[in-house]
Amino acid sequence: MTADIVIQAHDLHKIYRPGRDVEVHALRGVSFTVQRGEAVAIMGPSGSGKSTLMNILGCLDKPTRGEYILDGQPVADLNDDQLAVIRNRKVGFVFQSFNLLPRVSALENVMLPLRYAGVLRGAAQRAREALEAVGLGDRLHHKPNELSGGQQQRVAIARALVNRPAIILADEPTGNLDTQSGQDIMRLLLRLNREQGTTLIVVTHDPEVARQMQRILHIRDGRLVKEEVPAARPVPTGGVPHA
Amino acid sequence: MLSTLYLAVTEALRSLVANKMRSFLTVLGIVIGVAAVIALLAIGRGAQTAITGSIEGLGTNLIFVAPGNTRDPAAARNARPMKWQDVLALQDPAAAPSVQWVVPLLQRSVRVSKGDRHHNTIAFGTTPEYRIVRNYNVAEGEFFTQTHMLSRAPVVLLGPEVAQVLFDRTEGLVGETVHINGHPFRVIGVLEAKGGGGFGPNQDDRVVMPITAMYARLFPDMQGKVDGIMISAVSPEAIESAKEEIRQILRLRHRLRPDQEDDFSIFTQQEFLQVFQVITGVLTIFLGGIAAISLLVGGIGIMNIMLVSVTERTREIGLRKALGARKRDILIQFLTEATTLSLVGGLIGIALGWGLATAVEHIAARFDTTLPAVVDLQAVLLATLFSAGVGIFFGFYPANRAANLEPVEALRYE
Ligand SMILES: Nc1ncnc2c1ncn2[C@@H]1O[C@H](COP(=O)(O)OP(=O)(O)OP(=O)(O)O)[C@@H](O)[C@H]1O
Ligand SMILES: [Mg+2]
Repeated sequence: MTADIVIQAHDLHKIYRPGRDVEVHALRGVSFTVQRGEAVAIMGPSGSGKSTLMNILGCLDKPTRGEYILDGQPVADLNDDQLAVIRNRKVGFVFQSFNLLPRVSALENVMLPLRYAGVLRGAAQRAREALEAVGLGDRLHHKPNELSGGQQQRVAIARALVNRPAIILADEPTGNLDTQSGQDIMRLLLRLNREQGTTLIVVTHDPEVARQMQRILHIRDGRLVKEEVPAARPVPTGGVPHA
Repeated sequence: MLSTLYLAVTEALRSLVANKMRSFLTVLGIVIGVAAVIALLAIGRGAQTAITGSIEGLGTNLIFVAPGNTRDPAAARNARPMKWQDVLALQDPAAAPSVQWVVPLLQRSVRVSKGDRHHNTIAFGTTPEYRIVRNYNVAEGEFFTQTHMLSRAPVVLLGPEVAQVLFDRTEGLVGETVHINGHPFRVIGVLEAKGGGGFGPNQDDRVVMPITAMYARLFPDMQGKVDGIMISAVSPEAIESAKEEIRQILRLRHRLRPDQEDDFSIFTQQEFLQVFQVITGVLTIFLGGIAAISLLVGGIGIMNIMLVSVTERTREIGLRKALGARKRDILIQFLTEATTLSLVGGLIGIALGWGLATAVEHIAARFDTTLPAVVDLQAVLLATLFSAGVGIFFGFYPANRAANLEPVEALRYE
């Protein structure tokens, strides 16, 4: 049973203290689970805590309170280095602003997670395959500034994929792209989700994007206010609806 | 492991090349410091070789006696000039069994002329044993003999440089006549060239004559006085006993009471070398100081630029952490960068210093001074090691700061 659950969030709170006597309750008790292979959208107004939640899910940040279990591993007791290993092996990030290293080729950008995983032999081959999977087999040696926005985001997706993570977290992955490239990126992410069974969590403001997911979590003021299974796309067989 | 290091270094080089101008300016301090030290050490080492060579070239087992006591300025003022009788007393084998040869020296500036050519040089008045004690050979002709001494013969041996100036050649001069301070002297030989000889008076620019002739023809008022005495001991082991014998003989002759200081000074070749080694030691400490200061300044420059770099690349650090970089990965990345930076600076400095020393060697050669640039492996290794050490030491704080950035904060950084 637990083997099928990738994300288990229980009563997550996040309180930022940007200054003395100032507290920002970014999350006020968020609980949900995500099944392996699911595609989930997170929607909500600006400032509602979506990115905060994503950072916690990606082990970049720790909740102030509450329990988070990623792929069977309770995260609370892990030290910084163990968290780094989790980020490296289990999580693939796709950012709104691509976040590629300038000056180095697409291939080397994709190889970076392999390097931190200690994989040296065959790293280039695996990176090449990941780039081919996102349709950039002919752009291996291009630097980020020689690629379009959509292509850069595809490099970022290849980088997120290359270590075969349990989940891909994409925080507004189409936010910096025009409509067409945005659709291409979403199609790509969904295809990877479908074909490789990678769990996908996407933060988006775009209802069109959200409708393509199996489930939409609505968040407002740090609380989960609504869960929705979009009518346009029924849950594929095998997907288990959230209990 | 090796390929990890290779990756780290290529990455560091790439990031340094991306900021060529900045990297260059940053390492300039280290470059200049290391270059200065390497060049000065090389020249110093060359000078040391040259000086040691010329001191040892003076002959073996040598002892010098000079009037006056160098340790007592008061005594030096009323220094008693040494006398011909002193020389004779030192030659007494019964009183000085450790002494082999005793050679008096009178040394004066003179003007040597041939026709309308003139040359100012130094005349050495001495005895035939001078040639043995000083390892002097003649290129042509012969050294003067006891016969010349006794007859106060106006004969002279020319240094090759003197010969060149007066005759435009250094051969076929035996039998020529030159005038020294207006007095005619017959040339009986030409001294062997000893080369520019680096330091001290030029050994090729001098004339040598019997001391008796020098008294009789040139400096009658010096009659019976000598400027110094050169003595060779029977063996290197006998130097100390020879010194003591000389001291007792001279004290006796100068009628010094036991409470009176010596009114003369005795130096051995060994002591010259020791004095010189003290000078070299001071020079080395001085150079070490320059090195330390320049490396310190260079290191602070590197620390500064690395701090700037960490701030500039906060987002990159955040990204790397998001992709799974651990603290130590980031630490190693920035340490490698700082070390590469200072190491490159050190290597450029070594090359530059080497070039400088070689340039100095060539310039010195143009002025007839032998000053070989001796860059030894030890200095190169030390400079390399130190510049790497500076990178690690001064890179640690910035690297540690980078390693401890919070991933979320770093990613949010604008
Ligand atoms: N590091 C921080 N320090 C202080 N407050 C923060 C910090 N990060 C986020 N916040 C606050 O927490 C709240 C949630 O922020 P978050 O970035 O999660 O919103 P979001 O839903 O992602 O918004 P957007 O759609 O604009 O990206 C906001 O009020 C924000 O100001
Ligand atoms: Mg956000």
